[in-house]
Formats: sequence, C-alpha cells, structure tokens
Amino acid sequence: MRHAGWFGGAVVLTVASGEVISHIADSRDTNAGAAAGAAAAVSGALRFVQVSDSHIGFQGPANMDVAGSFNEAINQVNSLGFRPDFVMHSGDLTHLSTAGQFDQVKQMMTGMKTDRVFTVPGEHDSIGDAGRAYRRTFGMGTLGDGWYSFDTHGVHFIALVNTLSLEKLGHLGNAQIDFVRKDLAGLPSDTPVVVFSHIPLFAMYPKWGWSTDDALKVIALLRRFSSVTCLNGHVHQLFTKTEGNITFHSATTTAYPLPKPGRAPAPTPQVVPARQLKDALGIRSVGYRQGDRELAIKDQRLA
Amino acid sequence: MSTSSTGAAAAPVTGNAVAIKNFAFSPATLQVKAGTTVTWTNQDTDAHTVTSAASGGPLHSAALATHAAYSYTFTKPGTYAYICTIHPFMTATVEVTR
Repeated sequence: MRHAGWFGGAVVLTVASGEVISHIADSRDTNAGAAAGAAAAVSGALRFVQVSDSHIGFQGPANMDVAGSFNEAINQVNSLGFRPDFVMHSGDLTHLSTAGQFDQVKQMMTGMKTDRVFTVPGEHDSIGDAGRAYRRTFGMGTLGDGWYSFDTHGVHFIALVNTLSLEKLGHLGNAQIDFVRKDLAGLPSDTPVVVFSHIPLFAMYPKWGWSTDDALKVIALLRRFSSVTCLNGHVHQLFTKTEGNITFHSATTTAYPLPKPGRAPAPTPQVVPARQLKDALGIRSVGYRQGDRELAIKDQRLA
Repeated sequence: MSTSSTGAAAAPVTGNAVAIKNFAFSPATLQVKAGTTVTWTNQDTDAHTVTSAASGGPLHSAALATHAAYSYTFTKPGTYAYICTIHPFMTATVEVTR
C-alpha cells in the first residue's frame, strides 16, 4: 500500500479566529485548525518554528521598531504552549550585514526557548562580502558557503544558501547542487524531506528576483521523494504552491510587509497603519508525527 | 517580463549622476568620458548597492542607506554593467568613451 491518495493532495487555506492556517488536505484530517495541534499533542512528535526576514537594523516608516517586532515574535515562540525542537530563521536576519546587527540578532535569538536555532542567510546578510560576516556569526559547522543538512524525528532537513553570487535571481551553484545530490543519495524515497532557503526555489515572481535560477536541478533530485516541503522567506508574505509531491511555503516576516507580486512598481517596504502591520507579521509552527505523510503547517499573525 | 526596464535602458543619457529611486538606477544607461567621476545617490527607503555585475569589476559600494551616495572615477573606456546585490533585478550600465 504505497502512497495511493497522496498525489491528489491539495493545500487548503482557511482563516480561523484571526489565524491564517494552511495544510495539506487529508481524508483523515478535515479540520485545518487541528492539524498542528494534533501533531503537537502526541509525544515524540516533531515540532519546529520558522521565523523570517527580521531585518534588524532597518530604519524606515514601514516599521519604526523592527527589533521590537522581533522581540514580540520571540515572545510568541515562547508562548506556543510547547517547546519547539528547533527554530529556523530563514534569512534577512539583518538589514545591512554589519557586525553589530549580526551580534544583536544573535543575542536576541538566545531568548528563544528551544533546543537549537538554525539559520540560512538572506541577501541582506550577504552584502558586499559574499556572506563572510554572516558565516562568522552563524556558519559554525556548516559546509561550503554555509549549507548543511540534519535528521531528526525521521525527517531529513536541508538548509540551502541561494543569496550569494546573485544575477537577477537567487542562485545555488554547482558545488551546492553536488552537495544535495550526495546528501540525498541513499536516502529512502519515503523519507520526508524539508528544504529551507531564503529566496523561493519556485518562480514566484522572477521580475522582482523572487525565484532561483538553477533551482530545477535541486527539484529534479527531490522528485523521487514522496513528501517534500520547501520553506522559504524573502517575499514577506504567505504563499503556497504545490507541484506533485513538492509543496512550497513562503513565510511572512517579522519586520515589514512587501507588496503582492506586480501590485506595485517595485518590492518597496509597505507603510500600513499600525494595526495592519501586526496582521502582516507573524511566525510559523510546523508539526510532524512519524508515520504521517505530511507536515502540519500553521501560520500565526503577531498577536 | 522586463519590457519596461528594457525600454528605459534603450536611450543612453550623458551626465555624471545616477539616482537610485523606486528600485531602479536612473538613467539605466549613462554615457561618460574617461576621467569622469560618477555619483550614485540612494533616494529609496530601502538600502541598495552599486556593484559590478562581473566579479573583479571596479564598482563595489557599501550598502547605501537612504540619501547615502557612492562615487567612482572611470579612467578606462569600456562598458561597465552593474547591479544592486540586495535587489539584483536592478541592473544598469555605464558606457565610458575616450
């Protein structure tokens, strides 16, 4: 009995009590709101959190206090009612890649009640030095230009770097693609795989750089796996796309909203009233129970 | 996709100043004589850089905050393509003649 009904899975987006919730439709679980909670309720389940695009150091009318917003996001992580196995920050930790901004965001993240904090760099973390300052602060134990993989709770995680050597779009490069090839070789195809990157691996809106020019080489390596979840930041808004067994989820930001693709002349930080700013910011929790086919993804606005 | 920016790049402009505004370099194609110092000024609320598209190129600004400027003196004739590394869809060229 292989994954018969699996290929027809559809992403369901619902809004329940002010929360935007997305998960994969599943015959056994028709209640979107229960998805993350159900996984969390079972001991031994994996629960992790994704935060993104904190832009520590940004100064502008779109958010006059990005450090304050990030602190609120950290408090929200600490108030989830469970201790996440890890927190992944999916890039643009800082706004200008300065040593002071890296120190500040690293210190702030030590306030998160979790066993481990992982990161991938954003293009704002790689300004002018091909990511060297980022790697000095966050790259301990990583390979190449900062990529790595790890396993926990039966899930294989890969953290990619697609913000160096940019030419219009995100770029992975052959060395990193070779790393993914070797990393996946020998992994059974029914292993759930989660891939983190800053810039989307799918073509969300190439005109604004919201795509990765050589991502298809990695996608080709992932196609044989029955469950692949790609989690990215960069676009500062929730967006989900499914391609066969691969689902892409763009996360929101803790700093400031960006326009929807094509709805503005450029991806300029959007100035909105204070109440609407909180609605645009948030965190994401992800639950996975061994034996399940899908991860349960729950996006929460900054309360 | 980029018909508008391609269209804007069609007409080269002479001068020694480039504005960075609305996530674009203006003019997108600047023509100068060798020896000219060109100054880029960021007029956006977001940060930008002025960085040679090819590695080893001479343009390499720091991240420019709002109102910050970067200058470079072009001594050799040639075509100098550059981007903003934070928003690499922002592309432009300086054409230097004798």
